[in-house]
Amino acid sequence: MSLLGKLTLDAIPFHEPILVGTFIAVVLAGLVVAGLITKYKKWGVIWNDWITSIDHKRLGVMYIIVALIMLLRGFSDAIMMRTQLAAATNGAAGYLPPEHYDQIFTAHGVIMIIFMAMPFMIGLMNIVLPLQIGARDVAFPFLNNLSFWLTAGGAILINVSLFVGEFAKTGWVAYPPLSELAYSPGVGVDYYIWALQISGLGTLLTGVNFLVTVFKMRAPGMTLMKMPIFTWTCTWANILIAASFPILTAVLAMLTLDRYLGFHFFTNAAGGNAMMYINLFWAWGHPEVYILILPAFGIFSEVVSTFAGKRLFGYKSMVYASGAISILGFIVWLHHFFTMGSSANVNAFFGVMTMVIAVPTGVKLFNWLFTIYRGRLRISTPILWTLGFMVTFTIGGMTGVLLAIPGADYVLHNSLFLIAHFHNTIIGGAVFGYLAGFVFWFPKAMGFKLDERWGKASFWCWLIGFIFAFVPLYVLGFLGMTRRLNHTDNPDWNIWLYIACGGAVIIMFGILSQLIQLFVSFKNRKALADTTGDPWNGHTLEWSTASPPQYYNFAKIPQVRDIDTWTDFKEQGKAYQTEQSYSPIHMPKNTPTGVLMGMSLTLFCFAMIWHIWWLAGLGFIAAITFFIKRCYCNDVDYYVQPDEITAIEQAHINQARAAQEASA
Amino acid sequence: MNSIATNFDAIKIDDTHDHAHEHHDSGGNTVFGFWLYLMTDCLLFASFFATYAVLFMNTAGGVSGKEIFELDFVAVETAALLLSSITFGFAMITAHAKKKSLTLLWLVVTFALGAVFIGMEVYEFHHLIEHGNGPQRSAFLTSFFSLVGLHGLHVTAGLIWMTVMMLEVSRRGLTSQTTTRLNCLSLFWHFLDVVWICVFTVVYLMGAM
Amino acid sequence: MLIRNLCKLALAAMALTLSGCSGGILDPKGQIGIDEKNLIIIATVLMLLVVIPVIVMTLYFAWKYRDSRTDEIYAPKWAHSTKIETIVWIIPIIIVAVLGVITWQSTQDLDPYKPLEGKGEHLVVEVVSLNWKWLFIYPEQGIATVNELVFPANVPVQYKITSESTMNSFFIPQLGSQIYSMAGMETKLHLIANEAGSYDGFSANYSGAGFTGMEFKAIATQSEADFDTWVAQVKAEKTLLNKASYQTLAEPSEDHPVTYYGDVEPGLFHSIVMKYMQAHDDMDKPHQAMHQHSANQLHSEHEE
Repeated sequence: MSLLGKLTLDAIPFHEPILVGTFIAVVLAGLVVAGLITKYKKWGVIWNDWITSIDHKRLGVMYIIVALIMLLRGFSDAIMMRTQLAAATNGAAGYLPPEHYDQIFTAHGVIMIIFMAMPFMIGLMNIVLPLQIGARDVAFPFLNNLSFWLTAGGAILINVSLFVGEFAKTGWVAYPPLSELAYSPGVGVDYYIWALQISGLGTLLTGVNFLVTVFKMRAPGMTLMKMPIFTWTCTWANILIAASFPILTAVLAMLTLDRYLGFHFFTNAAGGNAMMYINLFWAWGHPEVYILILPAFGIFSEVVSTFAGKRLFGYKSMVYASGAISILGFIVWLHHFFTMGSSANVNAFFGVMTMVIAVPTGVKLFNWLFTIYRGRLRISTPILWTLGFMVTFTIGGMTGVLLAIPGADYVLHNSLFLIAHFHNTIIGGAVFGYLAGFVFWFPKAMGFKLDERWGKASFWCWLIGFIFAFVPLYVLGFLGMTRRLNHTDNPDWNIWLYIACGGAVIIMFGILSQLIQLFVSFKNRKALADTTGDPWNGHTLEWSTASPPQYYNFAKIPQVRDIDTWTDFKEQGKAYQTEQSYSPIHMPKNTPTGVLMGMSLTLFCFAMIWHIWWLAGLGFIAAITFFIKRCYCNDVDYYVQPDEITAIEQAHINQARAAQEASA
Repeated sequence: MNSIATNFDAIKIDDTHDHAHEHHDSGGNTVFGFWLYLMTDCLLFASFFATYAVLFMNTAGGVSGKEIFELDFVAVETAALLLSSITFGFAMITAHAKKKSLTLLWLVVTFALGAVFIGMEVYEFHHLIEHGNGPQRSAFLTSFFSLVGLHGLHVTAGLIWMTVMMLEVSRRGLTSQTTTRLNCLSLFWHFLDVVWICVFTVVYLMGAM
Repeated sequence: MLIRNLCKLALAAMALTLSGCSGGILDPKGQIGIDEKNLIIIATVLMLLVVIPVIVMTLYFAWKYRDSRTDEIYAPKWAHSTKIETIVWIIPIIIVAVLGVITWQSTQDLDPYKPLEGKGEHLVVEVVSLNWKWLFIYPEQGIATVNELVFPANVPVQYKITSESTMNSFFIPQLGSQIYSMAGMETKLHLIANEAGSYDGFSANYSGAGFTGMEFKAIATQSEADFDTWVAQVKAEKTLLNKASYQTLAEPSEDHPVTYYGDVEPGLFHSIVMKYMQAHDDMDKPHQAMHQHSANQLHSEHEE
């Protein structure tokens, strides 16, 4: 037994030019960033104000940074896949052999769902949700920081797999027996298991944390049916997280036991049952897609009502529809494997249940339509994303219902039609939603608006690229092309593969536009500054704070009477008021425990992957030790004094009034 | 998983402290959050129960539950755990009455009963493995060891947590923060009791029948 | 009227897409495939009844109520209308109800486990997915092939499917349904070719490095006599497929060439399905039977 377990120099892919190039680029970029931080003496700021921060707004920003970085990584995988398939036609081998290609599509799926979409969603929820309910922070701020570092740990692991060892070659679902030791003896599946396990734990803690926040910390007067719609949809998503992520934890633990200790949960031998993995995986996996989409629905609702200058149409319908989607989301998992040989009655039941989900979803679409109806719609970037969503998602929903018919699924299952469908819902639904939310709440989080021109350019590139990238996949599905093929030999398919590749390139320009948008906006941040705290004439409480909000959020917890609390305040003339005097505010102190625990557990996972048992033990004990130390530490909080609050509030009000006078 | 549970438990406790000075309901937040955590833990167990239900027939030519379960032995084990729930109840009553040494005494008794339970479980596992009936033998044994073992790990975590709490009570006394932590531990302990009743019924009683 | 026009439009669009297709699921050559194609078209047209109006309304509302059109009615507080909300719940419910009925019926009709009625005796083919090739055993003919499947047109075929190792999906798009192949289990599929031809078949579930090459030709012969000729040709091959040669075949290989076995050890397929049950010498007979039951009868169990 070597001191480094299975880890040897052979694990470093020196022979892969693509990986070596990527590694060099990452190191260079890292050095540049580190150099800049050193030059501007920002290490202290980064450590004290960000890494150790337990402020939900900063954690939200960090989540979104992770999501954007992982978007670039996941998209690189996507464009490699599309170019490989465009190159490898007519029996050509292309430039990515299965050994490499199979890792790429696995990583693409895992990254986009677990490390791009989830952190993006959780990031927006972090920034917005406590502000919307008039809370000063989440229920357990330290736990929130720990959750972030667990998610980040997972992201680190999956990126380490690029340069040390390999990633899974199983597809993102990692079905056994393929993912069992017998057929995947390498460390790839272990990276998969531990990256998902550690980030899943972070997500579960986030879910519980935000549920307590919503149920226990709403501002006085805010009954459940007066909660902003985004908060509602996040709450349903959190309920789904709390109810489904334990199943993921369980199923990954079982696969771990199979692979590490020779258990027989899913093996072919000794009575294991791989079908059980598939059932359990989707019992998590299906609710997971609603975890992604529901908050996006909430974002669209906020955006539509804000930019139409209207109250949201059918608020109650929206709440109940979200609830119906959440509950139904738990009884449809079998539609992921109609072709497993269940009886007609079972398949038909799950098919019909799946279709029923189309009802509340359809209701939501109509409600957005009637929110626009008789409104005054300002066509800005967030609204473009929303309109783009409403058009594309309708089609994605339709193809989804089609796949829900077992008779149709028998020929469409695992085809590129399926791939087109779920990208249609995840990109056209979730990602468009997050990007709308990103533009919408960016001024709130950062204090300045994003450049509109580049934002619109990005939208059009995304939308057109999306159509060109995925409509061909629908066609290819009809032409009988199955997913995860490494190369093809069918002349009828070629043209569609080329178009799809072109579509991916257009999306790339969309992503580039976004990066340019960030850069341009940062450069013009003075001109784009939001001094009112309410750049869009918003409806809900987050717009009552400064941009970026005071670190304590609210000097005085507001009294709520209406769903659109901030609109209500503005109409009653209660907006932009200061108090005679403030009470001291009790605040938690930043702490390095979260990052220390998160990184210790990441080290533990890395050591487990490579069977370096001593290091695993060390990482685990370190995490526990940091944690117990934190439990018995008394220096965890402080009070903000009234005079400081008065000064901050007065400055904000003066600035806001000046801005209003200037615009009037 | 065990460690995860432990971490989480203590994190909850920790946050009580964050807010303890000002928000009077923060203890309530902690207990509510802990409740939610227990519900997620419940689903974790549910997944393992479901797996057991699917796999318990798959003995792959090896032993079945009927051949290896010794109900008398398990009954004693069960009694120890159930009794420990009662003694923890006494500990909580005395804790709320601010009787420090009595609380400690009941905690020690609870710990001892919990340790007996774990000791017996370890003995049972050891015995099975020694006779070639380890978890690698068949899918049935895999699911049996995992389900019972998962519960055992939770109890072990509870024992470690209890040790920490005994130290805390003896050093700091029964402050409101400590009482909230004890409340969470008590919820955890009773929850494990309920889970064990399900394990005892589904695995042992139904398996031996 | 509008609905009828929309239907026509949709059908025209479909036809346009179809005309470009050769091969694939919109160009079916077997009854199951034809039924499934029709099902897809009917369901799509039904859904377009809602989808098209929603898309049109989205664009129209966004245009009509944009902020520069100040002459439009502006009702910032209007947020509830029982009438509209009832309608927006009822429309999707009706569509889904209709689709639900179609789904229930079609799922019963297209059940892959159901023998094809009124088509006569089924030819039986036992299908084994191996890493990474397909083995077809003809128990009635006593022959076997790798990566080539031959059967007469207009004769229903019953496929009994299992896997040696990882999970795959047995799929011939132009004939219709696919079904998973899983180790230690037997799944079933019934298909028929309505006309002679050579159709692409492959695995539709990723199974590792050689997955892409897991293709075969499914050849429907003109007549049963042609099929018998082919069987005789395979029988002329003197190679025997028994447990030993099967072990050699089961070794992972990629892009495996078409191979014929003139003779097959009887019960080989059964022994492949059961092999994971027989790993232990001290086999307990009742339990083994029980497991086989639970694995093979996954299908019927659900039915009860």
